[in-house]
Amino acid sequence: MAIIFKPSPSLPPPVTSVGAVAWVRQNLFSSPLNIFLTFFSIYILYLLVPPVIEWAFINATWEGSSKAACTAGGACWAFVGVYFDQFMYGLYPEAETWRINLAVILLVVMVGAFAVKTINKLYLSIAIIVVYPIVAYFLFAGGVFGLEVVETSLWGGLFLTVLLGVIGIVASFPLGVILALGRRSEMPIAKSVCVVFIETIRAVPLITILFMASVMIPLFLPEGLNFNKLLRVLIGITLFSAAYMAEVVRGGLQAIPKGQYEAADAMGLTYWQSMVLVILPQALKLVIPGIVNSFIALFKDTTLVYIVGMFDFLGRIQAANHDSNWLGTTVEGYAFAALIYWAICFGMSRYSMSIERKLETGHKRN
Amino acid sequence: MSENTTPSNNSFLNDAGNRALIFQILLLAMVVFAGYYLFSNLQANLDNRGISTGFSFFNEPAGFPILIHLIEYTEANTYGRAFVVALINTFVISLLGIVLATIIGVIMGLARLSKNWLVARLATVYIETLRNIPLLLQMFFWYFAVLAALPAPRESYEFADFLLNKRGIYSPNPITQDGFGLVIFGFILSIVASIALIIWAKKRQTKTGLWFPAYWSSLGVIVGITFIFLAMAGFPIEFDLPQKSRFNVTGGMVLPPEFVAVLVALSTYTGAFIAEIVRAGILSVNWGQTEAARSLGLRDNMTQRLIVLPQALRVIIPPLTSQYLNLAKNSSLGAAIAYPELVAVVMGTTLNQTGQAIETIGLCMLVYGSLSLSISVFMNWYNSKMSLIER
Repeated sequence: MAIIFKPSPSLPPPVTSVGAVAWVRQNLFSSPLNIFLTFFSIYILYLLVPPVIEWAFINATWEGSSKAACTAGGACWAFVGVYFDQFMYGLYPEAETWRINLAVILLVVMVGAFAVKTINKLYLSIAIIVVYPIVAYFLFAGGVFGLEVVETSLWGGLFLTVLLGVIGIVASFPLGVILALGRRSEMPIAKSVCVVFIETIRAVPLITILFMASVMIPLFLPEGLNFNKLLRVLIGITLFSAAYMAEVVRGGLQAIPKGQYEAADAMGLTYWQSMVLVILPQALKLVIPGIVNSFIALFKDTTLVYIVGMFDFLGRIQAANHDSNWLGTTVEGYAFAALIYWAICFGMSRYSMSIERKLETGHKRN
Repeated sequence: MSENTTPSNNSFLNDAGNRALIFQILLLAMVVFAGYYLFSNLQANLDNRGISTGFSFFNEPAGFPILIHLIEYTEANTYGRAFVVALINTFVISLLGIVLATIIGVIMGLARLSKNWLVARLATVYIETLRNIPLLLQMFFWYFAVLAALPAPRESYEFADFLLNKRGIYSPNPITQDGFGLVIFGFILSIVASIALIIWAKKRQTKTGLWFPAYWSSLGVIVGITFIFLAMAGFPIEFDLPQKSRFNVTGGMVLPPEFVAVLVALSTYTGAFIAEIVRAGILSVNWGQTEAARSLGLRDNMTQRLIVLPQALRVIIPPLTSQYLNLAKNSSLGAAIAYPELVAVVMGTTLNQTGQAIETIGLCMLVYGSLSLSISVFMNWYNSKMSLIER
């Protein structure tokens, strides 16, 4: 009678090496130092999280018309509620704020239309870059089609912040590309003009540029000619951002192998043809993270216009903090501002990651 | 047979060299013309407004107080002296900020790479939060929300001999007595001794392979020798302790809230950026290097210090340089919360009082320009020292 070897069924792995227990052991308690760090982190969380939740939600007051309404001891979000319109639109007349909203909706619709396959992308881009700004300008400033004129000094709040950021980004991008090409050019004069411009701007803080824009530009212009303050600040922001953009783009240009330039030459393309059709598309794709980073930096830097006396989003919050009806609501104002800025900047950085993945054409080493 | 000639003007313009020449001449003419145009407008405007140019206002009394001054300064001093005071304030905050931001950045960068899940998550939250909120908002938060909410001097928080209240952080002020020269001498002696120790340890290691903990023991040498000389001189230091009085604090040394707010905001904000640079640098070192070091029998901390860190530094230093530059330039935001640095004093108060826009703005730009230049020259020197020497 043959003895047949029958393997007994495999035992399950020990509980200590799979599942939640193993995960905790490996990630939280693998060594004495780790155990200490884990407890230390838990202690920090214990110190921070419960009081913040209690302050921001449990004991918070959501409605009221002055600080006196906030008796629960927590956050006084009623302050943000009362000032919400000012934070968003600045001193823009309340009856006219629909114009800003309309412009925003228009932009969202146009950008969203990119997802529709049947729409011509080229026409859409032209509409956004050329037509939209003109429409938006007349919507904001008024003076046509019976729209009431709204002085730029009344523009403020998040509206002004976004306006400064978007115009700064859109205007500085082509300027930055041209400066980068100039810096890489073989023409000595063109090259040195670009180098001097880029290095000078990058060596000084944005505040000095803004001061220069608001104090010195009038001195350099002929008597009688003067731009309004918003335009001067915009010029300052654009020049500043362009210098940084130029360096980012230069990095991309340097990363393109020489063979690509030579191939473009061999095809008989002119300088501009080879740049626009061959080099720049590759270079810009390479530096998307850098470009988005400078966009984010610029967006955060728009807060500095407060120092030269413009009331952007942060400026309006700062102004509201001085309201005698709402003394002691500083933290609420800043928390609200931080939340909005954070959401926008974090959103931008995540969006750039998704573009990167989308444009990935497989040149990566595996 | 017809001659096949191209029109001469066409061939001239088609030549790349000629076109470059024409383009550059046009560009130069434009730059020169723009410069001339702006300059002549400037002259006319200055004449019209009766503003004289030049730095003679530097010798006039400034007439405004500066809250924080490390050298003697009163309202009777000149604009020139006010400028120097502001310059020192900018330097001090930049230097301290760089040191603190580097420490925070290295800790947070390592923490984000930690094997401990909780620590890594906390570091990520720190980095992603601070990086995405404008620096000016953070400065306002520290100044107007945190420091302004501290108690009045009478109810100060106390830690040992330190006091914390809405007027700032008060610490004991060391006052040197006779015989302190001996201590300084001892300190210098200890540094010389420890340098000798490090050189000896290195020589011995190259010769015999024996390892000696030179850095830790030289720390001991410095502390030890300095202490012996302190004792020999009979401890010639007295501390002026801060005392709470009814409305104020007397004595001691004070770090004003403006200074603390700018320093904390600058270093935590820049620290978050440095953390990412440190993390990227360490991740860039091939894992094979760590494995090779382990197979050679190096302990973990030796692997980090001798194999990973030197290679990571090559990736870290260039972007770290730009963060240092950013920090120095961002110190100008202190102007918004009345920290008397360069922009606040020179482009703010001095410009307002004298109307000398060209001189003050130009001077500020020059200072920041040379500050940026010297930081980048130093860091480039360090970079070339650390970079890979390929043979």
